[in-house]
Amino acid sequence: MKLIDSPESKVVDPGLDETIKKLTPEKIKRVVDHVLTKENAGRLQMYIDTCVHCGLCAEACHTYLSRDKDPNFSPVAKVKNTLWELVKQKGDVSPEFIRQAARIAFTECGACRRCSMYCPFGIDIAYLIMIVRRICSLLGVVPQYLQDTTNSHAATSNQMWVHQDEWIDTLQWQEEEAGFEIPGVRIPLEKEGADVMYSVIAPEPKILAQLLGNMAMIMKVAGIDWTMPATDGWDNSNMAMYSGDFEIMGRVERLHWETAARLKVKKIVMGECGHAFRGAVYDGPKWLGWKFPPIPMVHAIEFYYDLIKSGRIKIKEKYKEPVTIQDPCNTVRGRGLGDKLRYVVNELCEDFTDVSPNQEHNYCCMAGGGTINCGPPWKKSRMISNRVKAEQLAATGAKIVITPCHNCHSGIEDIIGYYNLGMHVKFINEILVETMERPE
Amino acid sequence: MYEFVRGPLVWLAFIVFILGSIYRLLQIRSQLKKDKVVFSYMNFKYGMRSILHWITPFGAVNMRKRPAFTIMSFLFHFCLIITPIFLLGHNLVWYESWGIHWWTLPERITNIMTIIVVAAGFIFALRRIADPTVRLVTAFSDFLLLLIVLAPFITGLFAYYQAFDYKTMITLHILSGCLWLMIIPFTRIVHMIFFGISRAYMGSEFGYVRHAKDW
Ligand code: SF4
Ligand code: SF4
Repeated sequence: MKLIDSPESKVVDPGLDETIKKLTPEKIKRVVDHVLTKENAGRLQMYIDTCVHCGLCAEACHTYLSRDKDPNFSPVAKVKNTLWELVKQKGDVSPEFIRQAARIAFTECGACRRCSMYCPFGIDIAYLIMIVRRICSLLGVVPQYLQDTTNSHAATSNQMWVHQDEWIDTLQWQEEEAGFEIPGVRIPLEKEGADVMYSVIAPEPKILAQLLGNMAMIMKVAGIDWTMPATDGWDNSNMAMYSGDFEIMGRVERLHWETAARLKVKKIVMGECGHAFRGAVYDGPKWLGWKFPPIPMVHAIEFYYDLIKSGRIKIKEKYKEPVTIQDPCNTVRGRGLGDKLRYVVNELCEDFTDVSPNQEHNYCCMAGGGTINCGPPWKKSRMISNRVKAEQLAATGAKIVITPCHNCHSGIEDIIGYYNLGMHVKFINEILVETMERPE
Repeated sequence: MYEFVRGPLVWLAFIVFILGSIYRLLQIRSQLKKDKVVFSYMNFKYGMRSILHWITPFGAVNMRKRPAFTIMSFLFHFCLIITPIFLLGHNLVWYESWGIHWWTLPERITNIMTIIVVAAGFIFALRRIADPTVRLVTAFSDFLLLLIVLAPFITGLFAYYQAFDYKTMITLHILSGCLWLMIIPFTRIVHMIFFGISRAYMGSEFGYVRHAKDW
């Protein structure tokens, strides 16, 4: 098969360039065969046999739309250029082909699943792309930055090499900070039997610590009986899920659920992160052989919704600046939380303009699915792949983009910068602490 | 030749079609069982919800984005399935051979329906050539399949209007019709059988597991 020659194919990434040098034809064949026949069965066969090559899924993909309908960026083309060939050749492909497959699967598809809502057969392209990632991961061909986060998960159980002492230290520091704003704020560690365990992802203690303080204030004002673990198992951001290292993905999720079970909490509130929610609620349980999670888990959107709806949190003065929303794929297509997100935003903000398309049909931020974790080498490609997002946001005329997801947050910041949109991105909790009624 | 295609071949075609379809269904069932999530997430309500949306013209966003294509595609599939079943000529053959018959459509209507199938089929083929996105994922076999699907309709038209030699045409008609039936289970036309399953699964995953819509 002829390889695609494009600017993207020339991007240098040691995670791909160096690793393919170690591949042998036997190794490729063995891994491909294992993944195609041992790890996957019915859906793979059904999707390959059913796809009628109609291209109706193309319209769904932001990468295709943003690149002026470049045929190689349609969802079905991404499968054709990777998986179809692997199936057809039964794994007899060159190391260069594996490099190309890795590039497409890791950096040109955000596993956002918008296309499965456009294919008449509901073919799950993102699932097929994940099969390709799995093959690449078992071959050791993974973008270097993404592999590093997976290594971090393997070594520390969190995504950013945060050590336990730093973790506890950060929580105590944020408890203190929040205490200056609202006296009596606590971040209760290791409280057995609490109603809520609050889960966050590693970027919070590492680079966005004030989000932890914000949540502590919200918990205090709402009077929630809550806790956070002092041990590993607090982070389930799980980049291993996207790098294709499902063994580590499973370990991270198991530890997270076991930590919640050890603390005997009634439910888990997942902080403002989409892929962590996905990992905890779907991919993790599936891999571990559970139909549904063992302990109820709600995403922050649902949590805020309940707090506001029930009056446990009252809004003193609404936020004035014009805002819009970025629906994270994993909370809207992944949980149908579009209406609740709009309710929360409307309660908090005076001037909200919705995006179009919205809700389940919102475009992916092109940071999700591990794409942003592929790091700086791929940033330009990501930006070109999401011009439609810039256009969609600009059309709202908003100044602030609210998004309850870390990936969306960073991804949208990148797009705002690249396309000069003059906007800012905020998490809900940043606006909530500003606008909520505080005790005297 | 005519005697052969009219008798044993038709038998063979139906047997291959029916047994082949059963085989494919059993095979995909055992495969789907190995794919542990499928049967545990399959849900009747959400599966049906999705199927209904997708068999309704304009029932999904993507269909509304391309109205002309949607109308053509629905007409094509509808006429493709309905015409042979309710065609007067076919009914007469059933009656002659088995003494059974059912409701038929006026010949004027079935003629138009046949022409729709052929015309839409040609447009599909053109689309495969003209639209670069579709062209990239089109294989030679896609054209071949389209040809096999259209052949019984084209030859049927010729036979009806007695263009060319009637006997030859009708032989070709039955021949291609049989071929068409026989390849259904073993080619991409199997989408006719798998549509319900893959749609129901996606509907269930979206609705039952993820509380979202998939249209
Ligand atoms: S990025 Fe989203 S829409 Fe595009 S191919 Fe991947 S899953 Fe489909
Ligand atoms: S995935 Fe679906 S929409 Fe895309 S080409 Fe295949 S059948 Fe058509």
